[in-house]
Amino acid sequence: MVSFTPDYMITLITIGTIYALAATSLNFITGYAGLVSIGHAAFLAVGAYTEAILLLKYNVPFEIAFPASILMGAILGALLGLPSLRVSDDFLAVATIGINFIVVGALQFSDFFGGTLGLSVETPRVLGVALEDTVFMLFALAMLAIGMGVSWWLQRSWAGLALAALREDPQAAESVGISTARFKIIAFTISGAFAGMAGALLAHYFGFITPGTFGFLLSVDILVFAVFGGLGTIWGPVVGAYFLYILPQFLRTFQDYRVILYGLVLMFIIVVEPDGLMGLYRRASDWWSDRHAEPTAGETA
Amino acid sequence: MSSVAALTPLQIGVSTLTTGLTLGALYALIAVGLTMVYGMMRILHIAHAAILVVGAYAGFYTWSALGSFWLALPVAMLVGGLVNVTVYLALFRWIADEEPLIPLIASIGLFVAMSDGYRILFGAYSKNFAPSFAFGSPIPAFTTPQFVVIVLTVVLFAAVYVLVAYTRVGLAWQVTAQDREIAGAIGINVRRIMALNFFVGGALAGAAGALVGMYYGDVSPYMGDTWAYKTFIIIVLGGMGSIPGTVIAAFILGLFETSIIAQWGFALPRDAIAFLLMIAVLMFKPEGLLGGEGSSLRRYLQDLFGESSEPETVEEVT
Repeated sequence: MVSFTPDYMITLITIGTIYALAATSLNFITGYAGLVSIGHAAFLAVGAYTEAILLLKYNVPFEIAFPASILMGAILGALLGLPSLRVSDDFLAVATIGINFIVVGALQFSDFFGGTLGLSVETPRVLGVALEDTVFMLFALAMLAIGMGVSWWLQRSWAGLALAALREDPQAAESVGISTARFKIIAFTISGAFAGMAGALLAHYFGFITPGTFGFLLSVDILVFAVFGGLGTIWGPVVGAYFLYILPQFLRTFQDYRVILYGLVLMFIIVVEPDGLMGLYRRASDWWSDRHAEPTAGETA
Repeated sequence: MSSVAALTPLQIGVSTLTTGLTLGALYALIAVGLTMVYGMMRILHIAHAAILVVGAYAGFYTWSALGSFWLALPVAMLVGGLVNVTVYLALFRWIADEEPLIPLIASIGLFVAMSDGYRILFGAYSKNFAPSFAFGSPIPAFTTPQFVVIVLTVVLFAAVYVLVAYTRVGLAWQVTAQDREIAGAIGINVRRIMALNFFVGGALAGAAGALVGMYYGDVSPYMGDTWAYKTFIIIVLGGMGSIPGTVIAAFILGLFETSIIAQWGFALPRDAIAFLLMIAVLMFKPEGLLGGEGSSLRRYLQDLFGESSEPETVEEVT
């Protein structure tokens, strides 16, 4: 049995939070714009490597490197958003897998990025305070809160309504003057920014990054988190990430079967309950209120 | 690289050509099954490459038990076909009409689960799959494995052509590909035709698995990953759903990759070449190489079998 020391809990919560942030960022594309990205780890890789290179090779302070990583993620997001304007959803899914392969391949083949051996990343310092352990966990939680705040804002804003319209019926949305192009690019850019942020956090947390960390399987993990929790909701990706990352750590043999279980979960949840845990929650609360409404109706009759 | 340097430019050119054709044939065998599913159901069957792997393992175990590649191949095809039909019956049949996001995500999950399932069942390490052949290649430029791959690809495609063009089932298939509702209305068992579609595509992928294993000399749980990604690119290049487009794109990619590698070595990762080719084509011709109006399976079937073969096959039915 794994021992649950406070240190271990901090580790779990920190990594869970970073994954929750990554899943939240994917939700901007897949949940709000309805476009599947199977290469989301590429954005995390760009954030992580920007952070590592700036700190390690150029001695840039964390206060500048961290926003720079977010910016790089946003730029890659905007660039990947461009072909999505010309190609259909299925093509885009292929393109995102491609981006993932290319980014990992390019990192592996380049000595500047440390090749297959990777790069080490030091502990971040803000105004002389080292972001370690609990402080780093709180920092990650604060970043997640910002991500969820943007998610909340996007859902309620004009942009969010436009994206919802585009997801439901692109042609109808265009006919009333919503520019598909503009909002898809916005969704991709925001998504890339937060994925870059998650990548930079992950780099700091692990203290060491290799191209292999950001492969296709990480992309699938992020997709599983978002789908399991519930696409298109604020809490879904967060709940999904914590639930699927932290809970299975209690099972000793889990690591051996993690990938196959995630695959099966992804398949079953999207078929049985496409709205994920949030969909189940909504159903359960509807059912509960129905059940409680009935007896009172019976009594009055 | 030193042995390559000893060859004359002509020899390098010929070996690039034969390697490229072999690679193209393997790409085509895998991609046609994928494009058939896409053409009929508009589903991007990500798990198609997992069918290739199951075929490779079926071929490998048959070969280790019986020692014959010629028994391993049909077993690989049968297993590939049956597993793919099971995928249809257990999964895609239920979600074919949902919004595209759902079958796409479900098939990603299936692909990941199947790949990891192979690791658990068959072990994480690659197994040596090197059948020997009693004959040599009659064409000196081709090695024996290359010759086997190319001849079998031609034979299998010819068989699929005969099935589609000259049999009753093939006619029903053509009608279903053109219009599912009409096909149902005139008494065609659409579900059975769909299952057949998956069986044939799966059998081709199974054959490709046995051939890939034989050609590269090993089978492993994740051997399907790069093929999966390449075949998506091929069906995008081929125009998503067009069979001739897919075959042409497969050979173009095979030749393009091998010639670039022969020219510049491995400096540029091979996966990047395919991807850059796709981006280039998408930017200038988003509907694929043979795309546009003729990008669907329906148009293809009209072109291929349209005027000449239709009267004959109609007679067969009546």
